[in-house]
Amino acid sequence: MNAFARIRQSLIIALWFMFLTFPVLVVRVNTIEKVVEWRWPNMVYVGIGSFLISFVWRYLLERKAQGGEKEIYPAPATGKPVMQRLMAEPRLYRPFLIALSLFGLAFPFLPFASTYQINIVTNALLYIMLGLGLNIVVGLAGLLHLGYVAFYAVGAYSYALLYYHFGIGFWAALPIGALFAAIFGIILGFPVLRLRGDYLAIVTLGFAEITRLVLENWNGFSFGPSGIAGIPRPGLFGIEMDLHQGTIYIYFLMIALCLFTIFVVNRLQNSRIGRAWVALREDEVACEAMGVDPTMAKLTAFALGSTWAGLAGVIFAAKTTFVNPASFTFLESAMILSIVVLGGMGSIVGVIIGAFILILLPEYLRAFSEYRMLLFGMIMVVMMIFRPQGIIVGIRQIYEFKKTAVKEGSRR
Amino acid sequence: MKIRLSGRVFLSWFIIAGLAGLFASPAAAADTIKLGVAGSHSGDLASYGLPTKRAAELVAKEFNAKGGVLGKKVEILSEDDVCKPELATNTATKLVSRGAHVVLGHICSGATKTALGIYKDAGIVTMSSSATNPELTQSGKYPNFFRTIASDDAQAKLDADFAMDVLKVKKIAILHDKGDYGKGLAEFARGFIEASKKAQVVVFEGITPGAVDYSAVVNKIKQSGAEAVIYGGYHPEASSIVIQMRKKKMGTLFISDDGVKDDTFIKVAGKAAEGVYASGPKDTTKNPLAIAAIAANKSTYNTDPGAFFLNGYAAAQALLNAIQKAKSTKYEDIAKALRTYPVDTPLGKIKFDKRGDAIGVGFSMYQVRNGVYVEVPAAAPATAKKKK
Amino acid sequence: MDYFLELFLGGLTRGSIYALIALGYTMVYGIIELINFAHGEIYMIGAFTALIVSSVLAFAGMSGPSVLFLAASVAIIYSAAYGFTVEKIAYKPLRQAPRLSPLISAIGMSIFLQNYVMLAQTSDFLPFPSLLPELPFLEKYGLRIGSSELIILLTTAVSMVLLMLLIKLTKMGKAMRATAQDRNMAMLVGVDVNRTISYTFIIGSVLAAIGGVLIASHIGRINFYIGFIAGIKAFTAAVLGGIGSIPGAVLGAFILGWTESFATGYVSSDYEDVFAFVLLVLILIVRPSGLLGRSTVQKV
Repeated sequence: MNAFARIRQSLIIALWFMFLTFPVLVVRVNTIEKVVEWRWPNMVYVGIGSFLISFVWRYLLERKAQGGEKEIYPAPATGKPVMQRLMAEPRLYRPFLIALSLFGLAFPFLPFASTYQINIVTNALLYIMLGLGLNIVVGLAGLLHLGYVAFYAVGAYSYALLYYHFGIGFWAALPIGALFAAIFGIILGFPVLRLRGDYLAIVTLGFAEITRLVLENWNGFSFGPSGIAGIPRPGLFGIEMDLHQGTIYIYFLMIALCLFTIFVVNRLQNSRIGRAWVALREDEVACEAMGVDPTMAKLTAFALGSTWAGLAGVIFAAKTTFVNPASFTFLESAMILSIVVLGGMGSIVGVIIGAFILILLPEYLRAFSEYRMLLFGMIMVVMMIFRPQGIIVGIRQIYEFKKTAVKEGSRR
Repeated sequence: MKIRLSGRVFLSWFIIAGLAGLFASPAAAADTIKLGVAGSHSGDLASYGLPTKRAAELVAKEFNAKGGVLGKKVEILSEDDVCKPELATNTATKLVSRGAHVVLGHICSGATKTALGIYKDAGIVTMSSSATNPELTQSGKYPNFFRTIASDDAQAKLDADFAMDVLKVKKIAILHDKGDYGKGLAEFARGFIEASKKAQVVVFEGITPGAVDYSAVVNKIKQSGAEAVIYGGYHPEASSIVIQMRKKKMGTLFISDDGVKDDTFIKVAGKAAEGVYASGPKDTTKNPLAIAAIAANKSTYNTDPGAFFLNGYAAAQALLNAIQKAKSTKYEDIAKALRTYPVDTPLGKIKFDKRGDAIGVGFSMYQVRNGVYVEVPAAAPATAKKKK
Repeated sequence: MDYFLELFLGGLTRGSIYALIALGYTMVYGIIELINFAHGEIYMIGAFTALIVSSVLAFAGMSGPSVLFLAASVAIIYSAAYGFTVEKIAYKPLRQAPRLSPLISAIGMSIFLQNYVMLAQTSDFLPFPSLLPELPFLEKYGLRIGSSELIILLTTAVSMVLLMLLIKLTKMGKAMRATAQDRNMAMLVGVDVNRTISYTFIIGSVLAAIGGVLIASHIGRINFYIGFIAGIKAFTAAVLGGIGSIPGAVLGAFILGWTESFATGYVSSDYEDVFAFVLLVLILIVRPSGLLGRSTVQKV
């Protein structure tokens, strides 16, 4: 395409967007005072903006199209993306990991780490747990789950109600909440076993809505929309902590739980059941033919995925000290799903990065205050277009048959 | 969007942006009195939070013009919580981190409850202009909480008594929006009506905010033969219900709360709004301080005052005045000063009782007449003087 | 019996609105297997455009059916334009991407459009003028059915018939059916797939705009958030009937409308949505691909 054609095309795009945004951006009616406000400058901005952006957009799309060809036919050894190569080579990633863990340990004591900073990072860690849990269901087992937040709610309400009625503390509630969520996951798992793809999606969504509505309407059980307040933060051998210390404590608690989650999920991925999930994701019929029981695989995926949501829910309740149904809406499910997809399905590192971006971004966008959700939506679209497979592409374990390996008896 | 958006570059860009954000957080700064203002400043409930923020800015300006508080300038730290509990913790910790001495907020009861735990631990006096949940003051769990608005049960009692004693209806339908505020109010109203035995609650239902229409529930009200509807919730749903009732030519009386006592309700419901009753904060717009505050708002921001503006104004004044009187920014001193010294505000002369409710702040009943809310006498004996 | 009839008619009205929106979901799903989360926003933009146009016209002194006609036409044009543009920007580059990527893109688009309208217009609810004319001859049928209800029912019925004809009889309809069956095969036999997909989005958006104008004028108020809830309900209806099936979407929408109406009328509106979703789960357990969905045989 020559320069002239490009300019012409961009002009058309600019005109199209000026037309498109005309009623919403230019006209504003005040129905009370019966005046119409005409904001013509907006139209000019839209025109110029979309003209310029269309060039960038087209350039990027073309670049992606070229890059895409490379990705489809990778050269066997050298074609791996840098990130994957980095992750496959202990020599390269170890120093990085050490630096990262040092930073993680030192973070709350650094000068800029105010209570607020620690709090939002803790929040991001919480979403890493949720993301990794959902990753089991969506990323590994390939079941599109739009109601994950229901299990999060089960965890949160388990702790809240157990504390309220029986005075059960955080540490006892943690496994109980996880257990309740897992049982709930299995209960949901049964009816949806036969459903595929998007039918599954809408049923899980419906299930989450039912859970939220019951919490909202059944006052005798859940105290309805006014929620349950005054849930204690996690204790540490009865030591009194002020707000800042308490926040640091929850931060370290979250780090520990995240590491635990990463460890477990990583082990699960390479286990027998993990491989069964991947097989299920790739093809249900073939997987059944190979001797994997899809019912068991699906149920365990739901149960294990829900367990993490339950754990995260208990921590959420302890962290905010208050639960009400408004925290468990569909948007929350969509957020967790976005973390998984944006980060890269099936990739642990991807989920971690995804959680940091999606949770911290709106907080740091506070400077743009009212534009932050607009930017957030835009970034989601743009990221997907230019990186549809997510930031980090999940690596499939490749099992090579090596004679030496057999002799040594190592299982890698 | 002018940078190359390849995945890796994008990623590193975010990390840099994130770190920049981390470092950019200001160190505890100069010698000012920091008044934190938290509430919904964006999102669908922004219209309830922004007026309080404007009020706080005006009060700060007024105090600064007179030389500040304790010789220091007043600084506003404003943070948005979108009325969501989980974001309210972030907002609250941010305000604590930025060194707020007192906090004006939050707007919604749920968010307030979440945030109060944090302020309590940090030893910060918090005053809300609009959180009406009774538990906030009556449970005794939040000694650091004060408010310049009366609680839901007071309002529910006013609505219920008004329906039974003034309008003398015998069959009442109660609706709510399933929200914290609306459902709480509806439950209290039902309790009062059932306890008094003067009338009967024939329908008690929650409606779904944002549903495409409410014809089924309107039919149900019609079927039940209710003479009046008491609605707990906000104006958007109220206007839909009123419009549909009037379209069905139902003359059922409609009584609601201060979520509906908003001029937007009249604008949206139009002709159907005529005759609707709504309770709202006592009309103090004749108070010279209130007139001055509204005029200042008009000249500075060129807008109408909006919901809870005067409550926010009074709260900001009370907080700053308490610091001045206590000659300290310590929690105990401020709390004591709030309970001891009365202060002149647009809501009248107020001070706070032991639990944190403002003494002398109550509700009146209004009716839409010719497109404006007009105060009507809530003639029944047990109204308007809610002191307990 | 009167009460029953009123609830029945209320459910029918609600169902018709769901049907108009659900068709957009089901058509898009049928053709590119994408849950278009931004579809509810298209409906919202249609309603907003109609509000803006009708207000401007009303201030200019116009009134009567011409305002309705102009406002509705502009709303339809703009909704179609938005539907078309959203597809080009957010979904077309993702045709070959993993299945969930366009879904996230759609969620992002939905958040973007909501906030775009909120920032450019207002976060408050706006009164929507009742554009639908009052039909005097209905007075004598008591209050069983209002004129706006009747107009909604009629408009929906006419739109459905036109859509059916379009899909059954025109060349474009044939191309759409072919693309839905097998996109690659359709391409091979000379169907311009990109164009067909664009048309699908446009038709879906037109229906959503009609729904938007009707419902906004019926309930008399709108804000930037109305698309979200209506969208979820309509999507539920589409799945209930069997997603991808056009008669299924209509059937699902009416069943959903009646369920909600009767649940409110005879039980309690506290649990109206719970009933709707429980019904959905029950039906899908018995018929895993919806009421009228094709149950495909899974092959390796």
